[in-house]
Amino acid sequence: MLEASDLECRRGARLLFRALAFQLRPGELLRVAGENGSGKTTLLKILAGLLVPDAGEVRWGGAPIRSLGEEYARQVAFVGHAPALKDELSAAENLAAACAIAGAPASGGAAAEALARFGLAADAVPVRRLSQGQRRRAALARLALSPAPLWLLDEPFAALDAAAARVASELIARHVSAGGAVAYSTHQEAAIPGTAQRVLDLA
Amino acid sequence: MTAALRALLWRDLLVALRRPSDVATALLFFVVVASLFPLGTGAGPNLLREVAPGVIWVAALLSSMLSLQRLFAADHADGTLEQLVLGASPLGVAAAAKVLGHWLVSGLPLVAIAPAIALQYDLSPRLYGTLALSLLLGTPVLSLIGAIGAALTLGVRGGGVLLALLVLPLYVPVLILGAGSVAQASAGLAPDAQLELLGALLAVSAAFAPWAVAAALRIAME
Repeated sequence: MLEASDLECRRGARLLFRALAFQLRPGELLRVAGENGSGKTTLLKILAGLLVPDAGEVRWGGAPIRSLGEEYARQVAFVGHAPALKDELSAAENLAAACAIAGAPASGGAAAEALARFGLAADAVPVRRLSQGQRRRAALARLALSPAPLWLLDEPFAALDAAAARVASELIARHVSAGGAVAYSTHQEAAIPGTAQRVLDLA
Repeated sequence: MTAALRALLWRDLLVALRRPSDVATALLFFVVVASLFPLGTGAGPNLLREVAPGVIWVAALLSSMLSLQRLFAADHADGTLEQLVLGASPLGVAAAAKVLGHWLVSGLPLVAIAPAIALQYDLSPRLYGTLALSLLLGTPVLSLIGAIGAALTLGVRGGGVLLALLVLPLYVPVLILGAGSVAQASAGLAPDAQLELLGALLAVSAAFAPWAVAAALRIAME
């Protein structure tokens, strides 16, 4: 269970949020809402342990994530603004490397299947040649192979077309119904049908 | 964890392989700089033999610095660095794998090509072994120390110049020991002391530099 207590974050002189407290239990879906610049990305990065809040702390299973280190990192799948893809490698090579680095190596067949689900072929075309939406799909395909119970997704639907957005939301819905926890940010209302979600409004 | 490191190293090598111009630039720079000196200083064989160890080592040092900036910059820009922090292996170990990858494509080719450069300086063939060995021990230290600078200047505007100012002074011991070992050998003495000190530098920097790199990377992510 993820637990945030009394989080505060400033960017320079500007206060993004303060006294922010919430819990995210297994099987829960949390949408982080708010206008541009309200701190959605910052909050998700704090939850992932990539940023340190100015005050407060994030706990996983009761222990502060700072003290858990890699043990916590293994519980988290984070998809940020940047797709974390290498332009020179193909989508399949990128996916295989990303899974192995995250500590959950995937077989070639499983990687091809995950890519196919997002309508990408496991061929040798370097990511450099793919469109923005296709890169996004390749980045999200990582989720289909991730064993991590906690998913933190920053604008997962940005640049996706309707079909790919549906695949992504199905993936999220399935993860939640299987007992996983997801926190994601988006501008779209009700992007994930059929799953109850809580909304955390930073505005 | 070892699978994760293998994948990380393999990916870096694959990226370097698909973009050979980066590797070629550093290597060509080394060859060109080392080749300019005989043209500039005149072709007196005695003078050339005398300056050879220092010139070759300075050229290797500058060439290794040339590629440092790219060490983490691409990972920082495309989000890979975030995934490394959230990876299965401690960030320090992942940083060590990155540095190893950097050395394999930027340092090791210098070691291989150094005897060919030494030929231009009419260095006696019995010194090739010492020269190659000193570079083999010294260039990984350059990569390790340089990685700290590269991580510290990550995302800083004008980081290239700052990186040079930060890292070059720290390269001085490696330069003195590396060039000194070859000079010692050319004087007919055993270069063991210099090479052993280079080895000690390598051991110490390999043990500590990756953790400094990891700390600097965490700061750069903020």
